[in-house]
Amino acid sequence: MALLLLPLLAGCQHAVLNPAGDVALQQRNLIYASTALMLLIIVPVMMLIVLFAWRYRKGNRQATYDPHFDHSTSLELVIWSAPLLIIIALGALTWSSTHLLDPFRPLGRVAAGKPLDPKDKPMRVQVVALDWKWLFIYPDLGIATVNELVLPVDRQVRFDITSTNMMNSFYAPTLAGMVYAMPGMRSTLHAVLNKPGEYQGMSANYSGAGFSDMKFRLRGVNAAGFDRWVGQARASGRTLPTETFLRLERPSEKVPPMRFAAVQPGLFDKVVERCVRPGTPCMSDTMMHDRGMMPKGRDAPPPTGERPEGALFKDSDQIAPAPNVTKPRRPGAPGSTDPDSARNRDMS
Amino acid sequence: MTDHLLKILFGRLSLESFPVHEPILLGTFAVVVLLGLGIVGAVTKYRLWGWLWREWFTSVDHKKIGIMYMILGIIMLLRGFADAVMMRLQQAIAFGGSEGYLNAHHYDQIFTAHGTIMIFFVAIPLVVGLINYIMPLQIGARDVAFPYLNNLSFWLTVAGALLVMVSLFVGEFSRAGWLNYVPVANLQNSPDTGPDYYLWALQIAGVGTTLSAINMVTTIIKMRAPGMTMMKMPVFCWTALCSNVLAVAIFPILTAAFALLMLDRYVGTNFFTNDLGGNPMMYWNLVWIWGHPEVYVLVLPVFGIFSEITSTFSGKRLFGYSSMVYATVVITILSFLVWLHHFFTMGSGASVNSFFGIATMVISIPTGAKIFNWLFTMYRGQIRFELPMMWVVAFLLTFTVGGMTGVLLAVPPADFVLHNSLFLVAHFHNVIIGGVVFGLFAGMTYWFPKAFGFRLDPFWGKVSFWGWVVGYWVAWTPIYIVGLMGTTRRVRHFDDPSLQPFFIVAMIGVLIIAIGIAAFLIQIAVSIRNREALRDTTGDPWHGRTLEWATSSPPPAYNFAFTPVIHDLDAWYDMKARGHEHPAGGWRPIHMPRNTGAGVILSGLALALGFAMVWYIWWLAAVSFAGMIVVIIGHSFNYDRDYHIPSEEVAATERARLAAVGA
Repeated sequence: MALLLLPLLAGCQHAVLNPAGDVALQQRNLIYASTALMLLIIVPVMMLIVLFAWRYRKGNRQATYDPHFDHSTSLELVIWSAPLLIIIALGALTWSSTHLLDPFRPLGRVAAGKPLDPKDKPMRVQVVALDWKWLFIYPDLGIATVNELVLPVDRQVRFDITSTNMMNSFYAPTLAGMVYAMPGMRSTLHAVLNKPGEYQGMSANYSGAGFSDMKFRLRGVNAAGFDRWVGQARASGRTLPTETFLRLERPSEKVPPMRFAAVQPGLFDKVVERCVRPGTPCMSDTMMHDRGMMPKGRDAPPPTGERPEGALFKDSDQIAPAPNVTKPRRPGAPGSTDPDSARNRDMS
Repeated sequence: MTDHLLKILFGRLSLESFPVHEPILLGTFAVVVLLGLGIVGAVTKYRLWGWLWREWFTSVDHKKIGIMYMILGIIMLLRGFADAVMMRLQQAIAFGGSEGYLNAHHYDQIFTAHGTIMIFFVAIPLVVGLINYIMPLQIGARDVAFPYLNNLSFWLTVAGALLVMVSLFVGEFSRAGWLNYVPVANLQNSPDTGPDYYLWALQIAGVGTTLSAINMVTTIIKMRAPGMTMMKMPVFCWTALCSNVLAVAIFPILTAAFALLMLDRYVGTNFFTNDLGGNPMMYWNLVWIWGHPEVYVLVLPVFGIFSEITSTFSGKRLFGYSSMVYATVVITILSFLVWLHHFFTMGSGASVNSFFGIATMVISIPTGAKIFNWLFTMYRGQIRFELPMMWVVAFLLTFTVGGMTGVLLAVPPADFVLHNSLFLVAHFHNVIIGGVVFGLFAGMTYWFPKAFGFRLDPFWGKVSFWGWVVGYWVAWTPIYIVGLMGTTRRVRHFDDPSLQPFFIVAMIGVLIIAIGIAAFLIQIAVSIRNREALRDTTGDPWHGRTLEWATSSPPPAYNFAFTPVIHDLDAWYDMKARGHEHPAGGWRPIHMPRNTGAGVILSGLALALGFAMVWYIWWLAAVSFAGMIVVIIGHSFNYDRDYHIPSEEVAATERARLAAVGA
């Protein structure tokens, strides 16, 4: 198994510089272009540093010594304008590329020389970062997966990204740059995968104990393969109702890929609104309520969810001793895939 | 019942809070205890307590406080570096199936502690220490504007550092990264003591840094020697001024952000929580509005150090003094407009990201101008490649690369793939080691003879230099490369075995840096032993150009017997050129501030308050807080704050000095 994985992983090591997605490819080209632009000034400066340091060393009697050379208007002009010109060029490049590659902006092309068919609606994938695994919901297909993202190649995908608790960053280096997954917020990324294959994605933002293993498999397949895969997922028979989601949401790590044949509709929006748990008011309802704009005849939602209590308000009986948690409390395998296991806090 | 009493007495502190199961910590603890007992024993044996208390701990002399800051910074550097070695070792061995030797809780604490300590308790004390020592001498002042405040600032910084060190053995430190990011640091996600230790340590030290910055700004504005207009001020003082103006402006933001997080954790408010209207990104914005200018708080004074050294060792006046000053001021202002580049990937939209990206790039224009100015200071000079100048060349070559990768990261779409990667980590170590650390070593080597009257041993200094420079490149080049391959930061173990060679090379680099650090410590020991051979009686061993070289080494408590009058930039060079003679008579009594123990006592109480709050020992918190109020009020009734050095004593000191220079 490990031997089988080796070549796969070796393939993803150059993901940033040799990507399989058009967005990542344009980002790589931008890295090359800006670096080249900056080297225009960096290389001469570094050469001058070495040259001057060597030529004007004290032992060199041939070099001119002019202790009063401390000002020259023309040199000052060059000194300030040379970096200025480079930055003007780089600034223009920045402005245009930032707008062109804005993750919110639908793509203009599938790949270089392959314009996007305007009739093709992007495929939607909703990404939820859980502690510490990824849930991918395909709302148009009604299926969902954990730690496995399968995309049809050459098809624009729109990712909507959020998180249940920790701040994470949704990052598949081969596909496109990263975008934060934030609790209570929705972020967006448009991307396309151009080459079929097996890749790896991860959380790129530290999010606590299980962070290092918060990875997912990214698989690019052709259209037929994708339909086949959707069929398999639908045949899996497992569904994702609220209770299962609440159980899945609890901290666990090194979770193997899972597939769900059916998802409760609107789950993603409820995650963003932080009201998956039955009885919790959605954020927008609370805001409407706070603005006094609750429609008549509807009861006010319960004002708070679980309210944390500050340490100062605790009785001495309520103060739990703080043991040193680096201590592994139980021997055994590192971490656990069981969502409720205490071992998830015990990694060693 | 006893349980109830124990909880009232000790809060959540219990026997379980001590990491007795952790061999690494137990070993460290044993070494620290033995070292501590050794030092305490030696001090007691040689009856030095009284001397330490009277001459050092309670001293309000900016020079002694400066030296104490440097000692604090160097000690904390060893702790922060030990964390770095542990991280590197973990990443070098944790491949394939191996999880390495550190579990997640331990590893996460180590990278948090490393960053926190290196910025707050190494870089800041070292920079503040150099400014403290040198700046008043350079402007011809007797001391800083508020000498007692200076002492208090130092001891508050020590209290913060001690609280971080205590967390090593009592409880644990934060695991939320060096800026204590929420949501990881929220009460729900980290109910333990870690974030509390972090918050209290930095609040206490932060008050110290803010007070110190106010002190330095006032000193530079109000206490320059007659004739020293702003544009005749040494560049180091200009950079110190800008750095401290920045610090005054930004530290209150950090203090406020931390205070809000403390309210979240202690009172149950919802500023940065996920629910009930809180927003974690607000915390990120606030800490980075502090965080980015903080980079310039550290690096600007270091630019000043490089300017002084380049000019001295090239035997030339600094090229483009006024453009150097304007560049510094421009950087100071622009540094406020760039914080958002730390989270382009949050999704602010293209126009916002472009603005902050381009603003960041614009900073490279004045910085580039500075590099050119140093370059043209060397041009047509006679460069003496003594150790400080070697650091300058190493800095110029290393920092230029760091600047370039920084500008690359400022291009938002490029940042989308490089953000949070090891490329980013390599970039900021490139500018902080290649800029701040190299500059601090250059400054310490340059000004050491001023502070102690003898030079540092050049051989061990060169070993240290090459250890740092070679070690830096060996350690960080592979990290740049794996970053470009898409490896992200703060990861504890890796799957891809092809990355391992890079991390092993990085580990070797860290060991080379360790040689550099060891050589630096040996250098100090060797120099103290050979101090007679390295002695400098002139007070001006490098043919310096600024005022600090006009007085003796080490300078007398009053710095200058007569306040010098300034006619030109590079005042001391000007005085030498005009045939300056040391004054030989007409001594007068000198008015000086008196030492006070209030700073030490207040900081001790602040430490107790912080510890008590971390462990929910409410009675101790109340007592120590009340104690602080009492001491502050009591100290305000202390009218015995100054004294005069009699003219006979001044005469004797100055005669000895004249005899030493042979005048």
